[in-house]
Amino acid sequence: MSEHEQEAQPVAPSTSEEASSTTRRTLLKAGVAAVAITGFPYIKAADKFTLRYLGTAVNQDKAIADKFKADTGIEIQYIPVTTDEVTKRAVTAPNSFDLIDTEYFSLKKIIPTGNLLGIDVKRIKNADKITSLFTKGEVGGKKVGDQGTAPKKVMFLEGQNSKKFSATPTQFMTLIPTVYNADTLGIRPDLIKRPIESWKELLNPEFKGKTAILNIPSIGIMDAAMVVEAMGLYKYPDKGNMTKKEIDLTIKTLIEAKKAGQFRALWKDFNESVNLMASGEVVIQSMWSPAVTAVRTKGIPCTFQPLKEGYRAWAAGFGVPKTLNGKKADGVYEFINWFLDGWAGAYLNRQGYYSAVLETAKAKMETYEWEYWMEGKAASKDIKSPGGDLLAKMGEKRDGGSYEQRMGGIACWNAVMDENEYMVKKWNEFVAA
Amino acid sequence: MSATTSTARPVSAARRTGPAAWLQAAPLGLVFLLFFIVPLVLILAVSFWDASEYELIPAFTPKNYIAIFDGCSNASDLCVTLKTYYSTLKFCFLAWIFTLVIGFTVAYFLAFHVKTVGMQTVLFLLCTIPFWTSNVIRMISWVPLLGRNGLINDMLIGLRLVSQPQEWLLFSSFSVVLAFVHLFTIFMIVPIFNSMMRIDRALLEAALDAGATPWQTLWNVIVPLSRTGIIIGSIFVITIVMGDFVTIGVMGGQQIASVGKIIQVQTSYLQFPLAAANAVILLAVVLMIIWALTRMVDIRKEL
Repeated sequence: MSEHEQEAQPVAPSTSEEASSTTRRTLLKAGVAAVAITGFPYIKAADKFTLRYLGTAVNQDKAIADKFKADTGIEIQYIPVTTDEVTKRAVTAPNSFDLIDTEYFSLKKIIPTGNLLGIDVKRIKNADKITSLFTKGEVGGKKVGDQGTAPKKVMFLEGQNSKKFSATPTQFMTLIPTVYNADTLGIRPDLIKRPIESWKELLNPEFKGKTAILNIPSIGIMDAAMVVEAMGLYKYPDKGNMTKKEIDLTIKTLIEAKKAGQFRALWKDFNESVNLMASGEVVIQSMWSPAVTAVRTKGIPCTFQPLKEGYRAWAAGFGVPKTLNGKKADGVYEFINWFLDGWAGAYLNRQGYYSAVLETAKAKMETYEWEYWMEGKAASKDIKSPGGDLLAKMGEKRDGGSYEQRMGGIACWNAVMDENEYMVKKWNEFVAA
Repeated sequence: MSATTSTARPVSAARRTGPAAWLQAAPLGLVFLLFFIVPLVLILAVSFWDASEYELIPAFTPKNYIAIFDGCSNASDLCVTLKTYYSTLKFCFLAWIFTLVIGFTVAYFLAFHVKTVGMQTVLFLLCTIPFWTSNVIRMISWVPLLGRNGLINDMLIGLRLVSQPQEWLLFSSFSVVLAFVHLFTIFMIVPIFNSMMRIDRALLEAALDAGATPWQTLWNVIVPLSRTGIIIGSIFVITIVMGDFVTIGVMGGQQIASVGKIIQVQTSYLQFPLAAANAVILLAVVLMIIWALTRMVDIRKEL
């Protein structure tokens, strides 16, 4: 989950938030029955060849769909919803999309339903060039943290129609990775005025009433776990799969901090986090990289602070529903191949994400761009976003450095725990405390 | 109106039970059945189901309800469910009392002090301004006003009334109630104004002639005759606030629990049976409140 939720700029987020909340309300009223008929105002004339792309806003960039249509003549119909909603539809309404863009950790919920087809790597041209982070859990030949739902654990299926993950590489992939990144704390260096090096600063009484944590239980608890470990309270065998006792301890720490007035707010919406930071209500908080960028484009200093304990990583990818066949199936494979071919990868890299096949993306980026985004070097020219906004001036360096430094610093991955239900219940206790 | 229906009764009674009447009522009846009764029954059914991470398992188990009230027998420390209901009911009461007082005052002004219909329409439109932007944007815009570096704090410090920025202005119970009042007063104004416009102005003159003070007229004539509007407005406000999770979330800095929020979190984690059980309980509570309110006035008769 992640930067995804509502990346698209000012107008879109609020509407998508409202749209998702109405869907939720509708769901409440209509119960499961509604799930089967959850809205598809998106379907156009049947004779036209259109792929319905279910996902969150981040990859659903108009420029990408336009470029793909120009290249192949196939139309992409975006269905933008929140991360949780993507999972919900994959589980309850698998006929409602032709292509799904979901997070790896959701696979633990989706794959057992049998709604997704293993993707035949023989049909994916660049499959062998997909970064080793996904296939082996390595960056530059070194293992990275694999606590939580690390992609390598859920990357392969035993067979095309299997509902079981394979521990070793097979011919069938669950998802073809699209974007991934590593999250950390965002800070206001101008208001903190001293170096921040550890996750434990989030609960440091020095920032009482000026911190925030995100209110998406499965991610919030991971950030909290990073803090608990950094404070030296406990060392988790696996932060991404806690026991009930570990959940209790983590939530207890959060509740104590909350009662002491540590948090100014919790946030759930991308825009809320931008607002909290830009207004100075909060000086240190869980954050996503495009939110940091959004604060900076307002001319307010904000750093996506690398911390010594490492990053919490996330990754998303394309999946294919089992019901798909005929020319639509061919179209989906064509789109995936096109996506890995470089243009889209370069586009995403320029937004601060990372693409699955690095070498094809590199071919479509300018040298100075590649050096700034991927090699951690000082920008030799001004760095602009795909939309033309100034992101970094000449001479600036990217927070956290190069690809190897950032991705090599992964400590854990977004996850679904075995004790998920218990965790959500305890998280509600934290919110109510 | 009532006179004509009572004289026409013998005819219409026959018509009301005839097949034509059933046919006329059928479209709305079907819509209600399909989009209201069926979903409601489904929610009730699902609240007794079992579920895993990725599927619903039809069953008949009280475990969802037991889970909701888990730990509630402990009297020393309130359980999450009771705490949440307490906080939701508290907001409900505060929002209701403020919207009622403000809404009644505004409606009174519009109905009795504004003389022309044109002016009334213009002022009415003014009352709907809060609805011209999206919900989330409207609430986010409170931050620059109430925040630590916001206008109010700047002003208070500038006037030397306080030395430190006041933190309770934002992300607190105060800001939640403020947002509710800002948003929902219109739901009080409309029905109360409507009731007030039906009050025969001769009654006010009669009260004056009989020697009543303005306050006595207000309390003994206008308030009782606006009762229907007050009750309808109250039903609007109370049902909206009881189910709200967006306003409490944004204005409370997500640190204040509400029943709606719990249900929302549970559905997004595919815990449908648990969410359904919560929804059933919430529905029961809201229905009880509405039932109590309708005891005070027979809405069908008054409309």
